[in-house]
Amino acid sequence: MRVPPKVTQAIAVALFGGATVLTLAVLVFVIVFVLGKGLPVVSLDFLLQSPREMGKAGGIFPTLVGTFLLPLVAVAIAFPLGVGTSVYLTEYTVESRMTGVIRFGTDCLAGIPSIIFGLFGYIFFVEILQMGWCILSGGLTLAIMVLPTIIRTSEEAIKAVPTSYREVSFSLGATRWETVLKVVLPTALPGIVTGVMLSIGRSIGETAAVIFTAGASLRLPDSLFDSVRTMAVHFYILAREGISIENAYGTAAILIIAVLLVNAVSYGLMNRFIARRTK
Amino acid sequence: MTAAVDIAELDLFYGAFHALKRVNLAIEPRKITALIGPSGCGKSTLLRVLNRMNDLIPGCRIAGTVRLEGRDIYAPNVDVCALRKKVGMVFQRPNPFPLSIRDNVTFGLRVAGLSDSQALDAMAEKSLKAAWLWEQVRDKLDSLATALPLDQQQRLCVARLLAVEPEVILMDEPCSALDPISTAKIEELMLALCEHYTIVIVTHNMQQAARISDSSAYMLLGEMVEFGETPQVFENPKDKRTEDYITGRFG
Repeated sequence: MRVPPKVTQAIAVALFGGATVLTLAVLVFVIVFVLGKGLPVVSLDFLLQSPREMGKAGGIFPTLVGTFLLPLVAVAIAFPLGVGTSVYLTEYTVESRMTGVIRFGTDCLAGIPSIIFGLFGYIFFVEILQMGWCILSGGLTLAIMVLPTIIRTSEEAIKAVPTSYREVSFSLGATRWETVLKVVLPTALPGIVTGVMLSIGRSIGETAAVIFTAGASLRLPDSLFDSVRTMAVHFYILAREGISIENAYGTAAILIIAVLLVNAVSYGLMNRFIARRTK
Repeated sequence: MTAAVDIAELDLFYGAFHALKRVNLAIEPRKITALIGPSGCGKSTLLRVLNRMNDLIPGCRIAGTVRLEGRDIYAPNVDVCALRKKVGMVFQRPNPFPLSIRDNVTFGLRVAGLSDSQALDAMAEKSLKAAWLWEQVRDKLDSLATALPLDQQQRLCVARLLAVEPEVILMDEPCSALDPISTAKIEELMLALCEHYTIVIVTHNMQQAARISDSSAYMLLGEMVEFGETPQVFENPKDKRTEDYITGRFG
C-alpha cells in the first residue's frame, strides 16, 4: 500500500526537525551545564588574580593571557602562509599533478590528530631548535595545525570569485598581482575571515598540541620565549590532578564564553563588512 | 586611410584545435566593424586576439601578425597591460564589480596608481557623461553598482573602460543580455562613441550588424568568408555561404 504524501511529509518534518532540535539541545545543554557549574566561582578576582597553590585558590589571569597570545601568534604565522598558498594554487598555477599533490598534502595535514602535532612541536621546536617550552613553540605548532583550514577555506573563497571579475580587471590593464590584490582578495575576504575565525576557535580550545610545546607555566610571560598555560590546559590539569574541580569548571565557563565571543564578534564583523561593500 | 588594426595571415590554435584559419582583416579607425557568424565560428576568439585576452587560456598559440597602428602587438617586448588599456573590452554580460559606482568607474585608474580623489572624481564624471549615464547616477555614486538596471550596468562597464582612455573598444555581444529598448540605447551610444573610438563588435543579431556597423566580416568555422562594407555584405554578398547565412538559410 502506498503511503499518502501527507504522511511522508509529516514524517520528514518530524525527522529533520527532530535532528535539528536534538543538535541544538546538545549545544544548549553543554553551555548551560558548564556555565551553571562554573559561573558561581567566577568573579572579577577570579579573572584578574594569579593562581595560588597550583590553581587551588586564586584566579586564572595568566591563563587568560596565554589563551589570548597563542592563537594570536598561530594566526599571525598561518594567515600569510595559508592565504599565500591558496592564492598560488588558484591564481598562479594551472591544475596539474603538482597542485593535486599540494592539495592532498593539505588534506592529510588536516586529518592528523592534534597530539601528533604536539609531539612534533615538542621534538622539533622545543628540543631540536632548542626553543624550549614557550609561546613561540606553541604558536608555531598551532600554526601548522590550522594551516590546512586557512588554506582550504581561502581557496574555496577565492574560487568562488567570478571569473568575469578577473577578466574585467585584466582587460582594464591590471597585472595578475593587481588583480589578486584589488579584485580577488577583497571579494574573497569574508570567506578568508571565516577560515581565520575557525582557526582561532580551534586554537583557543586546543590542549594536546599546546601542553607539549607551550608548557604549563603559571607565571605571566615576559616575552614570546616564556612558557604559558592556556585556559584549556589549566582546566585539564586542574581536573586531571584533582586540584580543584570548582576552579576547573570556572575556567571552562570562561573558555566557553571566550569561544562564543570570538564567534559573535567575527559574525558581526563579517556582516558589517558585507554591508559596507553592498551599501 | 591606414587601418587601426591590421590582421594578416592569422592562425590560432587551442591545443590541437585550429580555431582561426589564415584570417586577414583591416579594421578602419573610428568606424564600427561587426564580426558575424554562427556560434563557434571563432568571432569571439578573434575579438580576444586584439587585446590578447586569449593569453590567459592555457594551450592557446597564434601565428601571423596583428598590428595596432602599425605595431605588432604580439612582438616579444610588448607590454600587455599597456596594450589592454589601449584596447578595451565590453563583455557579453554586464559585469560591474560589487563596489560602488564611483569605485567601478575609477578602477582602471586606481590600478594604474592614480590616487588623487579630485582627479578620480573628475575622470569618473567625464567617463559617465561619455557613456550617457551621468544624469541617472550623479546622486548615487556611492551606491552599489550591481543594483543598477542591466542596461545601466552595461553602460557603467563602458564608462569604466572609457576612463582608462582606450583607442579601440571591443564589444563581445554587448546587448545579448538586454531587452530591445536597452539594446537601442547601447546601439545609439556606440554610434556616438565611434566618432572618437574604433569599435569592433561581435554580434549574433543580423539586424544589429546591419543597423550600426560600417563594415562587416562573416566568419565560418574559423575562416574569414567575406569582409566588406556592411551594405555590400548584406545586400550583395559575394560568397554563397554569406548569402545563405544572411538570408537565414543557415545558422
